[in-house]
Amino acid sequence: MAIVLRSEHLTRKLAGDVPVTLVEDISLEVREGEFLAIIGPSGSGKSSLLYLLGLLDRPTEGRLWLNEVETSGYGEDELADIRLAHLGFVFQAHFLLPEFQALENVMLPMQRLRRLSPGETEARAQKLLADLGLAEQARKYPHQMSGGQSQRVAIARALANDPKIILADEPTGNLDTKSSGVVQQILKNLAHTQGRAVIAVTHDPGFAALADRTLKVVDGRLSA
Amino acid sequence: MMPLLVSIAIKHLLARKRQSVVSLMGVVLGVAFFLAISTMMLGSEADFIRRLVDNTPHIIISDEYRNPHPQPVETAFPTGAVEIRSVKPETETRGIRGFNRILDYLCGLPDLKASPALAGQAVVSFAGKDVAISLSGVLPAELASVSTIQSYMTDGAITDLIANPDGIIVGSELMRVLSLHLGENITVAASTGQIHTFKILGVFHTGRASYDESQTFVALKRVQSLLGRSNRVNSIIIKLADPYAARDMAARIEAHIGYKALSWQEASEDIMSTLMIRNIIMYSVVSAVLIVAAFGIYNIISTVVMEKQRDIAILKSIGFHAVDIEWIFVTQGVLLGLVGCATGLPLGIVLMLILESFKFRVPGSSDPISLPLDWGWYQFAIAALFAFLAATLAALLPARKAAHVQPVDIIRGAS
Repeated sequence: MAIVLRSEHLTRKLAGDVPVTLVEDISLEVREGEFLAIIGPSGSGKSSLLYLLGLLDRPTEGRLWLNEVETSGYGEDELADIRLAHLGFVFQAHFLLPEFQALENVMLPMQRLRRLSPGETEARAQKLLADLGLAEQARKYPHQMSGGQSQRVAIARALANDPKIILADEPTGNLDTKSSGVVQQILKNLAHTQGRAVIAVTHDPGFAALADRTLKVVDGRLSA
Repeated sequence: MMPLLVSIAIKHLLARKRQSVVSLMGVVLGVAFFLAISTMMLGSEADFIRRLVDNTPHIIISDEYRNPHPQPVETAFPTGAVEIRSVKPETETRGIRGFNRILDYLCGLPDLKASPALAGQAVVSFAGKDVAISLSGVLPAELASVSTIQSYMTDGAITDLIANPDGIIVGSELMRVLSLHLGENITVAASTGQIHTFKILGVFHTGRASYDESQTFVALKRVQSLLGRSNRVNSIIIKLADPYAARDMAARIEAHIGYKALSWQEASEDIMSTLMIRNIIMYSVVSAVLIVAAFGIYNIISTVVMEKQRDIAILKSIGFHAVDIEWIFVTQGVLLGLVGCATGLPLGIVLMLILESFKFRVPGSSDPISLPLDWGWYQFAIAALFAFLAATLAALLPARKAAHVQPVDIIRGAS
C-alpha cells in the first residue's frame, strides 16, 4: 500500500518569553487503508501533531510529504486548497455551522471545490448522509440533532470531497458509549473498506485497540 | 463560489435579526434624512437664486467706468516721473454715450435681450404730502423681455404706457400712502425743477415695501425731457437665456464697450458665498448621520465576527481561503448598505412628499407658501453612494480581522 503521509523530524515550537515545545522530532509514515491511533496523556502534544499532519499548522522544523509532495514551500492558500481536496477533519466538537442544515453542511466543501455540479453535489451529500444512517436528518439543523448524529454529519462533511486522508481529533470525546461505538466503527470502515488513511487522536483505550497501529506521544515526542 | 459566500453572509445576518434591523435602520434613516434635508436646502437655495436672478437684471450696464481713464500724459510717458494733482474732469451730461450703438452691438450677441433705461429722482406731491420716488424711464415694449415686473402687476399692464405716453405705473404702497386710485393723476416734480402730470395706468405689488413705495415706471422719452437729458440713458438692463453665463458675458461686454457691466453674481457675491457655506454645513451634518450609521454596521459585523470565530475556524480548516472569509463579512456590509439604500431612498421620497405638502403662512404675509424643494437625481446618487461606501468600509475592518483568524487557535481552545 502506498504511503500517503510522511513526516521527518517534525517539530513545532511556540516562541515567546517562555518558549514551549509542542511537538519534537516526530518522524512517521501512514499508508493507504491504515487506521492509526495516536494516544497519550492530556497536553502531550498529540493534537498539535495532528494539526501539523493536517496542514492546519506549520512545523518550525522538519518536513512533511503528502502523497509524496513536499509541503513546506506552500503558501496559506495553497495549503487550504490541499486541505479542501485531500484531507478530511473530524473534531471533538462537531463544528457544524449552526445556521445550515445537515445536508448544507455536508455540501459546503463540495461547493467550495466546485468539482461537481450543484445537482451532483446535493446527490452526493444525500448519499453520504444515507451511508451513515442519517437520511432522515438531512433537513435538520445541528441543534435539532443528538451529539452522535452531529458527529456523523461532521464525518460525512469530512468525506465530501472524497479525501485520501481523514484526521480525527478526539472524535468520540463528547459522545455516550453507544454513539461512540458507532463513530469508531465508521472510522474503522473508512480505512478498512474504503481504503482511506485514518489518523485518530484519542485517549480512549478501547478506541485505540481498534486501530491497526498505535503511536504514543509523551511530552511532544514519540515513545515506544 | 460567490453565491455560497453570499448565502453564508445572509444566514449570519438573519441569525441576528434584531441587531441587523437596528443597524439597517441607521442606514435607512441616514439615507432618508440625507435626501429630505438636502432637498430642502437645495430647494431653498434654488428658490433664493431664482428670486435673485428673476427680479434683478442679469447684467446692468451703468454709466460709470470701473477705473478712471488714465491721463494722456501718463500714457505718453509711462516710465516718466509724472504727477498730476487736482484733476477735474470736464462737466458733461451724465449718461451712457452712444447707447444706440451699444444696443446694436448687444443685439448682435446670442441669447441676450437688452433694454435701455434712465432712472432719476423725483417727488410726488399729493394732498399736501411729498413722497420721494425713483422715476424709471423705460421702453414699455421691451421691458417685459428683461424684467419680471409684469408678473407683479395687479392692475393694468406695462404696455399701457405705449398707448398713453403720459401714463405712469406705480407700486401698491405708494397708492396706499397717497390714497390714490387707478386712473387718477399725480404731479411729479423732477430735480431739474420741471413738473409733469401723469395718469396712473397700472399698479404692481412685489411684496418688498420700499420698492412698492418708491419705484415708478414711465416712458423713456418723458423722463429724458423731465430730467433734461435728452437722448441719454444711464443704464442698460440685460437678461440672458442662461443666467449663469452672466459673469462671462459681462466681462466680454465690458471689455468691448468700456462702461461698467455688472453681472448678478458679482452684485451678490456675498450671498453666493453664504449659500456655499450653508451647503458645506448641510453636507457635513447630513454626512455625520451616515457616519453614525456606519458605526452601527461596524458594530454588528464586529459582533458577528466575534461570535463566529468557531465557524470561521471550521471554514478555514475545510479549505476556505482568507479572502473567502473576508468576502463573507464584507458582503454583510454591502448587503446592509444595499438594503439600507433600497429602503432609505423610497422613505426619503415619502419624507419629501410630506414636506412638499406642508403649507404655512409667514407672519405678515397673506399668501400661504410651501417649502421650496429641489429634486435631483444626483442627490439620490450621492446619498446611495455615500451610504453604500460607508457600509462597505465599516464592514472591511472586522472582515479583515476575521480573515486572519488562525483555525488552530480556535480549535485548540474549543476541543
